[in-house]
Amino acid sequence: MSLFRMEGVCKRYGGVHALQGADLVVEAGCVHAVLGENGAGKSTLIKVMAGVVAPDEGRMLFDGRPVSFASPAAANAAGIVCIFQELSLIPDLSVADNIAISNPPTRFGLIDRKAQRRMAEQALARAGADDIHPMALVKDLSLSRRQMVEIAKALARAPRILILDEATSALTAADVTRIYAVLKRLRAEGLALVYISHRMHEIAELADECTVFRNGRSVAHFAAGTKTDNEVVELMIGRDYDGVLPARTRTVRAAANAAPLLDVRSLGWSDRLHDISLQVRAGEVVGLGGLDGQGQRELLLALFGVLRGITGQVRVDGRTVDIRGPSQAKRAAIGMALIPEDRKTEGLMLPMSVRDNLSFAALGRLSKAGVIDRTAEREAVDRIVKLLAVRTGGTELPAASLSGGNQQKLVIGKWLMMQPRIILLNDPTRGIDVGTKQEIYDLLRRLAEGGAAILFYSTDYDELVGCCDRVLVMYDGAIRRELVGAEITEHALVSSALNIDDEHFGVPAAAA
Amino acid sequence: MKSDWPYHLREHRGTLLALAGFVVMFTIYVANHPVGLNANVATTAANKGVLLAIVAMAQTLVVLTAGIDLSVGMVLVLANCLASSIVVGTPLMTALGVVGVLLVGCLCGAINGLIVIYGRLQPIVTTIATGAVYYGAALALRRVPGGDVNASLADALTGQLPGGLPASLVLLLALVLVVWWPFRRSVMGRAAYALGSSEVAAYMSGVPIRRAKLVAYTLSGLLASIAGVFVTCITYSGEASAANGSTYTLYSIAAVVLGGVSLFGGSGSAIGAIFGALMFRTIGDLLFVFDLDPLWQPLFQGIVLAAAVCLGSARLLRVRNRLDLYG
Repeated sequence: MSLFRMEGVCKRYGGVHALQGADLVVEAGCVHAVLGENGAGKSTLIKVMAGVVAPDEGRMLFDGRPVSFASPAAANAAGIVCIFQELSLIPDLSVADNIAISNPPTRFGLIDRKAQRRMAEQALARAGADDIHPMALVKDLSLSRRQMVEIAKALARAPRILILDEATSALTAADVTRIYAVLKRLRAEGLALVYISHRMHEIAELADECTVFRNGRSVAHFAAGTKTDNEVVELMIGRDYDGVLPARTRTVRAAANAAPLLDVRSLGWSDRLHDISLQVRAGEVVGLGGLDGQGQRELLLALFGVLRGITGQVRVDGRTVDIRGPSQAKRAAIGMALIPEDRKTEGLMLPMSVRDNLSFAALGRLSKAGVIDRTAEREAVDRIVKLLAVRTGGTELPAASLSGGNQQKLVIGKWLMMQPRIILLNDPTRGIDVGTKQEIYDLLRRLAEGGAAILFYSTDYDELVGCCDRVLVMYDGAIRRELVGAEITEHALVSSALNIDDEHFGVPAAAA
Repeated sequence: MKSDWPYHLREHRGTLLALAGFVVMFTIYVANHPVGLNANVATTAANKGVLLAIVAMAQTLVVLTAGIDLSVGMVLVLANCLASSIVVGTPLMTALGVVGVLLVGCLCGAINGLIVIYGRLQPIVTTIATGAVYYGAALALRRVPGGDVNASLADALTGQLPGGLPASLVLLLALVLVVWWPFRRSVMGRAAYALGSSEVAAYMSGVPIRRAKLVAYTLSGLLASIAGVFVTCITYSGEASAANGSTYTLYSIAAVVLGGVSLFGGSGSAIGAIFGALMFRTIGDLLFVFDLDPLWQPLFQGIVLAAAVCLGSARLLRVRNRLDLYG
């Protein structure tokens, strides 16, 4: 009998099917890898398993008995513990306090610090991190060490199924080696491990079983090592893809020998970005690809002057610039705009009017001696609202009253008001409807034709295929591959995103 | 075996800095005092210091949860007015009176907590509103200053023990042992620190967030009302003074900051806040021994406070992603 079984689980968010009929079987003493591209349903799957979200349909069996979890605590009590990507540690408390946080040992109603210390030391030793002092404050530890504490905290709850979601993505090489040893020992002790990772070599090293997810469905289940990396990629992409492909409208080509408008040389930032060099010419749309969280967001923030301690050079129009924040980036000499990923917090002031939101980035152009020219403002706002076809009841309504897609248009429109020459986009179409997406693609194309240089990060591979002249694929904070023109295919994007060394890049169908 | 003491030092750094600051200032004060340190000088200084220290403890409990309590001063005033009416008469009546005042204090704190938790309002707005209500109640009790207090209780709390030790210091020590220490060591106290540090992470870790907040606000009200009883013992009367209430509220925040408690929540200790309060009081007294015009006192206290705040934000210089400055 299997330790855990999930059958026909469905989960909808609004109209979007995150999971539709997902099946998963987990055996004790076994490492089960879950594979899939961005948005395939992996995160939702483990959230259902760990009691964070409740499924709409389907059932789960644990030890052969049907179970349902009302909260993460209920799942923990049953023996399912998940280590999430976003850290759940409390920065101001010590390592020992954090490890014991859910269930601290008490004596006479007060926390027994000695017992807690012993518990923490044991958990740290089990996680292979006994060099971490239990009294150290979590906020003083590096990201890699924090992740080790997170693993120790999970082990202190004596789980029977341990779910690791990208648990190694923040780890240093030394910690990764330790974790491998720890996971192999746990497997030998009879724990079931569900392992989500985008690193194919990790899966090759650790996994016993693999399940591939695509569009919210489990599409294949096989024993590790029975399929080649190429076959796995094919399974992840699928051949029955029915998404909306933006029409290829790659009509205008920037002259390949034109001087780049944006020229980045060996840019680096702490240990997150390494030796990044790229050029974007006027009229060009350059995509940033790769799996989520490989440094794309940091790269855009670095160019926009938000990060401190950048190394390397950034040139605009051939002149070296030192951008120290958004207010400098948007100045006329540079003319750079960043469309942020989270429109609700970084893009818009939701309670303020559509007009105010649109004018913010361009107030300098719309004012004389510090006084806003209302007529010029109204004309500019009306022009943008018309240009982007923003559907709003009036420019005096709060931005919060608009739909998600129209809010995103506002964010883009706000930066168009200042007529930028370099436009950085951070996953601008996430969570918006198909029609609006198409309008945004058309707009990007028109802006490029008008002479803008566009650097466009997207987690949606189809978008990169359909919109970009070139795509730079990032992995681990560096650019691993550049795909140009016809080389940009979903297969090439996925396999280079997974950093698979494959001679047959870019010729997907030829092998079949 | 790894040594523990650097970690102990790290944990108590704010408290130790506050202690050092207080010792330095108090030494200067005593060295320049015209009479020097005798039992009477010590008792007067202790009574003033302990009063603010208790209010600072009350403030600390709420600040640790990443809140702020602008009603502590008004709870103190309300408790003062109530105590000047009911903490009188026979020892039994006096004892019942004290219990009554403390219960009212707990109630005030619990009301603050419940509104913050279930009304999902910001603590700053909530406590401005409830503070006004508590002050209104105090005015209703005592339109003009007056009343009385059991004299033997007052003398016992504000006088000296055999050997010249100020009794108020013993009261303060007792409060630390009976209120603060158990809180710090309990699961609820741990939860209060956790939610002040990161409410999301605390929630995801299954920490009892609501109960911990309620406990912190209620204990804060309790401590504020104890300070109210103590005021009554010093002044032998009750007065519904809005100015007094506001002053204690603001000074308690100053003491908390000087004591190394983070206004962002999750870090610091009431012990630190106590030394912060004693230090803040000593700053005022220093001007007196150096024969400076008392008018300079607010300016001088302000400068010390601003310096302490700057020290606390030195970490911002190390931030590498500017977005973190606004998080």
